[in-house]
Amino acid sequence: MLHDIVPLALLCLPFAGGVLAWRLRRRQAATWLAIGVAALALALALAVRPWLVDGAVLRTVVPWLPSLGLDLVLRVDGLAWLFLLLICGIGLLVAVYARYYMPAEDPLGRFYGLLLAFMGAMVGVVTAGNVVQLAFFWELTSLLSFLLIGYWNQGASAREGARTALIVTAGGGLCLFAGVLLLGHIAGSYDLEVILAAGAAIRASALYTPMLVLVALGALTKSAQFPFHFWLPQAMSAPTPVSAFLHSATMVKAGVFLLLRLWPVLAGTEAWFWIIGGAGLASLLLGAAAAVFQQDLKAVLAYSTISHLGLITMLLGLGSALGAVAAIFHIVNHATFKASLFMAAGAVDHETGTRDLRRLGGLRRVMPITATLALVASAAMAGVPLLNGFLSKEMFFAATLSTHRGVAIDVLVAGLAVLASMFSVIYSLRFAVGVFLGRPRGALPRTPHEPPRWMRLPIGLLVLACVLVGVLPVRVIGPTLDLAAGAVLGTALPAFDLAVWHGFTTPLLMSALAFAGGCAAWAGLRGWFARRETLPLLGRFGAQRLYERVLALVTSSLPHALEPAYSGRRLQPQLLLIVLAAALAAGLAMYGTPMRFGLRASAVDPAFALLWLLGAICVVGAVRLAKFHRLAALVLVGGVGLVSCVSFVWLSAPDLAATQLLVEAVTTIVILLGLRWLPKRVAGLSPDPALARWRRYRDGVVAVGAGLGLAALAYAAMLHPVADSASNFYLEKALSEGGGRNVVNVILVDFRGFDTLGEITVLAIVALSVFALLRRFRPAVESVGAPMQQRLQAATREDGYDAGRADYLRIPGLIVQLMAPVIVLFGVHLFLRGHDLPGGGFAAGITVSVALVLLYMARGARWVETRLKVAPLRWIGLGLLLALATGLGSLAFGHPFLSSHSRHVTLPLVGELPLASALLFDLGVFGVVVGATSLMLVALAHQSLRRARPLPDADAEGG
Amino acid sequence: MELVLALAIGVLGGGGVWLLLRPRTFQVIMGLSLLSYAVNLFIFCVGGLRRGADPVLRTGAALTDYADPLPQALVLTAIVIGFATTALFLVVLLASRGLTGSDHVDGKDGAP
Repeated sequence: MLHDIVPLALLCLPFAGGVLAWRLRRRQAATWLAIGVAALALALALAVRPWLVDGAVLRTVVPWLPSLGLDLVLRVDGLAWLFLLLICGIGLLVAVYARYYMPAEDPLGRFYGLLLAFMGAMVGVVTAGNVVQLAFFWELTSLLSFLLIGYWNQGASAREGARTALIVTAGGGLCLFAGVLLLGHIAGSYDLEVILAAGAAIRASALYTPMLVLVALGALTKSAQFPFHFWLPQAMSAPTPVSAFLHSATMVKAGVFLLLRLWPVLAGTEAWFWIIGGAGLASLLLGAAAAVFQQDLKAVLAYSTISHLGLITMLLGLGSALGAVAAIFHIVNHATFKASLFMAAGAVDHETGTRDLRRLGGLRRVMPITATLALVASAAMAGVPLLNGFLSKEMFFAATLSTHRGVAIDVLVAGLAVLASMFSVIYSLRFAVGVFLGRPRGALPRTPHEPPRWMRLPIGLLVLACVLVGVLPVRVIGPTLDLAAGAVLGTALPAFDLAVWHGFTTPLLMSALAFAGGCAAWAGLRGWFARRETLPLLGRFGAQRLYERVLALVTSSLPHALEPAYSGRRLQPQLLLIVLAAALAAGLAMYGTPMRFGLRASAVDPAFALLWLLGAICVVGAVRLAKFHRLAALVLVGGVGLVSCVSFVWLSAPDLAATQLLVEAVTTIVILLGLRWLPKRVAGLSPDPALARWRRYRDGVVAVGAGLGLAALAYAAMLHPVADSASNFYLEKALSEGGGRNVVNVILVDFRGFDTLGEITVLAIVALSVFALLRRFRPAVESVGAPMQQRLQAATREDGYDAGRADYLRIPGLIVQLMAPVIVLFGVHLFLRGHDLPGGGFAAGITVSVALVLLYMARGARWVETRLKVAPLRWIGLGLLLALATGLGSLAFGHPFLSSHSRHVTLPLVGELPLASALLFDLGVFGVVVGATSLMLVALAHQSLRRARPLPDADAEGG
Repeated sequence: MELVLALAIGVLGGGGVWLLLRPRTFQVIMGLSLLSYAVNLFIFCVGGLRRGADPVLRTGAALTDYADPLPQALVLTAIVIGFATTALFLVVLLASRGLTGSDHVDGKDGAP
């Protein structure tokens, strides 16, 4: 039981601490909280150790979506435990260090909040027992590292560095996500346990190579491997504690962790060797070479990190068991000495105010303790005997010697390993000797002295670890290494000897060669190294520039090139494209299936034909008149709407007919309201008649083609025999399960209630958008004045009495005022009978809003609003809530969302009523429709009112 | 009957597409309206045309006596949503008119 809770607590604790720290305003409180949480996490991690004997694995499963094979699985084995130790341990030290490093005026709540959350995300990555979960936490680390690198977001370089890191690592994370989906597909499960057991099948799969490439993209971007290394030096604008934590111990190690995690499954193939080994070797060499030429303390460390991670990646790429053990060992060693070096660099920066290698020198005299610690840590980085770096480098040389892939590659790999090692000696010397030994080189921005004790303590502890591991490897790190390697390699651990002294072996010779070469090169060429900024010949490897070009192309050039063609100023080409795309899609769908007319057409009813002849005339008229005679065109389109309404009645669809009729009225009113704001059109010649003519021909062809295609398609569809469709189900079950006789309404509010919920939400959103758009609307100047009709009315009165204002629509206004309650009553009637007879929430809602709009039109907005409080937003809100509550109500009774219950009840006077819970849902629909429709209409109607205020002659009630 | 309705859909669709491709806002709105009639009728007719069929359940009638309810339900919501999009489009065009001072949607100004 306890071993279930501890990993879960370990995962949740940093996140909880992070959220809490974020809220804290006091520096002291935030610091103590962060230190406390990190210490507790470390204690929890240590507490896990006793459960991990004999290859045991801790598994905690929290079910989430078992049907999809997705559960929250926490899996702690030896490897994960080692990483937990690194994350929590170094996290604790960094938390202490940051307290003294960060500027005194920073309240630190946000900083520690992010740091703890990042720690939690890393814990999530290493304890993930499910690859999807791993990818999730992986992206979370990218996101949090973005926020941490850009913590000092006032600086442009910090923002840029953070952005680059995010784009590269999160992009890699997406590749990883695709990769793990493929992996899960091949293995048949996303569970890590299953995947680890299916190694042979995965390597034999045809999808192995694409999957490997995707996973490698994730790992290589995260671990800053060539050619994705360039984000790491840029990320050095992060606060130094962040660099010490993220860029030495944790985040960049996530990539190699992933490779180790999947090593049993993926390693050992040719593709693995070339992709992983190749990237590792390139990063090892180029990173080390570039580090030699850096002039910034942190940049040296950043390139050296690229190089050391390259070493680890290459060891993994070798595919040998010894390589994997050496990789794990070097991960630990690199984390300890690199974190201490970052902290030492931070101390130097903090005390002197500069990180420029050319200005620093002789700091041993003013900060002797820091200098000693940094010298020891640099020696570990260079691989000096009796320090941990030496041991893992020996193992690295041994591993390169023990692989056999043809003489040429063997010699090349071993030789390049020595060369890279030589570079690492050079940059270690530049870092340590140049900064701390020798004489001071002129004035520094600040007078340095020893940093506070609590800033030195974390460095000291890490350096102590380097020395202890270097002197007593078997005692100190042996069991942990066995545990972690056992988790990766299973029981078949290779023979490896952690002794400090192996006798005179080839690896020792290689070490000596690298050391001697490095010292000699440093002594001879130190002046040259200090004069350069970049690597000779290769510059910054070119990848950075490529990245910048691609970024500029995607975010600037390409949009600028495409914008004129596809921007909002040119709607027509886009509409044409949509029409053509639709035609293409229809053509593709029908390709190869000839049109068949399976049934015999029924006899033509002459009345129906006549009806549509009228309809066609209306269409043609509307098409012709839409340019200059808008009102006439609108009336004709309304005529078309009526014709289709009559067709619905004819063809046994009274519900549709009712809704169509009502919507027709409202649409016409909306467009009439809008007409007022459109500019006048006068007939005239187009500036380019030839072009206009060509356009008309082209559009004519497209339109005729679309019409013919639609007609043919409709004809074929109507004469296609309908197989057993879902409709029969609805017809059979409407009464017995939906409790209503109007099947259409039962489908809407019961069977497909969820769809309807979505639709009314859309309706609400559209209404709100209309409202929001109109709040900022300013009409053109020439349409602001009173309409011509009102002006004429006023002008004909000789006594100057403004009839337009007082008598405007007086008689219709009275009629509408009397009729409005009747219309509302009719709407209620439509609503109540909706479940059994044609009607329902949609139709009822529109009816009620028609009553409202008629009032607005006949009486004017002011008149209505002084007498009637409509509050359309409230209607929408209540309607949506009611619909949602009805759906949720069924959950309370143990049924799925939106299940309905029905019962017919008899009320006095009203008679029998079908009272289904769906009726409540329909009431919600009704509310949304009333609210949305009236919101749109009122918002439009208000336009003339708003503009009327500054202009005294404008009409106030013209709506 | 089928032929008449198919031709009607064709005329509506063709007219709608033609207006859709015209350069001014009002024409585009009218085009969209016509096109939505065409599409609604098309979806409706997919279930087959039934004259005099029962739209509402009645005791003792067979399944074949009823009109197909599914396309009707689809079209009913399509009509309401169609109204909403027309309104939204109208307001967008009005706003664009307010911003650019022209009701052209093809990026050309001034020409009558």
